[in-house]
Amino acid sequence: MDSKYIIGIIVALIIVVGAYLAFAGGSGEQTTIQVAGSTSVQPVAEKLAQAYMEKNPNVKINVQGGGSSVGITSTQQGQADIGMSSKELKADEKAGLKEYLIGNDGIVIAVNTANPVSDLTTDQVKDIFSGKITSWKDVGGSEAKINVITREDGSGTRNAFEEIIMGKDTKIIKTAIVQSSTEAVAQAVKGDPNAIGFISLASLSSDVKALQINGAAPSEQTVLDGSYKVQRPFLFLTKGDATGTVKDFIDFCLSPEGQNIVKSEKVVPAK
Amino acid sequence: MTKYEEFLIEKGLFITAILSIIVILLIIGFIFKEGLPAMESYGFLNFIFGMDWSPSDGQYGVFTMIIGSIGITLLSLLFAVPLSLLCAIFLAEIAPKTMKRILKPVIETLAGIPSVVYGFFGLIILVPFMRVQFGGTGFSMLTASLILTVMILPTIISISEDALKSVPHEYKEASLALGATHWQTIKNVLFPAAIPGIITAIILGMGRAVGETLAVIMVAGNVTQIPNSIFDPVRALTSNIALEMGYATGLHYNALFATGIILFIMIIILLVIANYFHYKKKVVIGGGYL
Repeated sequence: MDSKYIIGIIVALIIVVGAYLAFAGGSGEQTTIQVAGSTSVQPVAEKLAQAYMEKNPNVKINVQGGGSSVGITSTQQGQADIGMSSKELKADEKAGLKEYLIGNDGIVIAVNTANPVSDLTTDQVKDIFSGKITSWKDVGGSEAKINVITREDGSGTRNAFEEIIMGKDTKIIKTAIVQSSTEAVAQAVKGDPNAIGFISLASLSSDVKALQINGAAPSEQTVLDGSYKVQRPFLFLTKGDATGTVKDFIDFCLSPEGQNIVKSEKVVPAK
Repeated sequence: MTKYEEFLIEKGLFITAILSIIVILLIIGFIFKEGLPAMESYGFLNFIFGMDWSPSDGQYGVFTMIIGSIGITLLSLLFAVPLSLLCAIFLAEIAPKTMKRILKPVIETLAGIPSVVYGFFGLIILVPFMRVQFGGTGFSMLTASLILTVMILPTIISISEDALKSVPHEYKEASLALGATHWQTIKNVLFPAAIPGIITAIILGMGRAVGETLAVIMVAGNVTQIPNSIFDPVRALTSNIALEMGYATGLHYNALFATGIILFIMIIILLVIANYFHYKKKVVIGGGYL
């Protein structure tokens, strides 16, 4: 019977200590910042939050995804302290929100390295992805059917691509192959001489050929000076002007140190 | 005191046994709780028979994906069943000991390869190969089924081999003693006696094929359309959930759980069919059965 008592005491101790550890985190002088929104901005924001929390141990920053629209509405409704958006805000979305630009991301229209086409206009890209142009011959390539590769519905890169290139009324053709990540799109384009897809500038590699759009090749430079048109801003949103810890965090993101982190994530810094 | 201990152990075993049932009930409860609202607000029939899946426009029809899942699964069974049954017969009856010692571990290794590796292999090697051979994009129902075939082979082979081996030795001896050849014995005695086990093997393989997600996402093309041929890209139910779960909110989120319900119902139907055949085809001898 003795051993049973001992086991009982040990179990009780574990429960008490466990409960203490679980709840201790919530007490004390800790401020929590809720960040929510675009899944494209999320990795950068997570890195920034991590660096900030290392310097300020009493601040806890929760970064959640959900998409740009979630970022906008949850900031307006006050559920999130900072909203993340990877698209420009429309006039009616801007109501009461303050925008902080933390970086810019280019979207690369990628084709196979064996493809002779190296330059397209935004209209041509639009017609290709909407299924109006179906042969490479129509855009100066060889006589071959164009295989369109896109991302899944909800992807931040796809949303941005749709907004910049496709506009409101045109949709990406239904028979386009759907790949679940930027890497998978790059692999699919790498393996198919007739494929076209879009990937984030951050993940561009020599596996695929980046097309010039309206004569401008995608690079950090052209994104920064605006000559490469297919780009999107990475925005932090706050309800009214940022104050207190939230302001301190955003200032950190815009500081040279924060912008270096942005750059290390291969996003073009805002400044 | 021993009585007290007996009681404790009995109850302890009961609790561990019932734990798995509790877990599965919790999961089912959760899936239905999250998924049913979408079916209700979009309409059950619209949801199942809707041809259009486009969450950004509020369209949630999963019929193309039901067809996709069934198509990929049936096609891979078509390849895998003959291959693996013949392989199982070879392993159980014909293969010499040394060969068995090599073959068995190889087949087991096949089962141990993570599905993402199969998927990546398919994306890099098989997709370009299929495009060169058959045209199109290379992403197709056929490509996905070929990958799945390799993935479900080990399951079907090892379980049906066990079934063949567990046929009582007397059956084989009696058949051979009556003058039947080895092949006649396999075909007319061993195989029919092992049928319930073999059906279980096929159903388990089918379950893996229906449930496989990652490898299918990478090679099936994920287009929501009814395929005209086996060379057209399709989207499976599992892929749909995995593709969009990260972004889904509101009704879209519920619709993905509802996709899970459909998947769940498909698996239940498969299990019921399997149990029916298992029961119906069993060979009754004396008091027991095989």
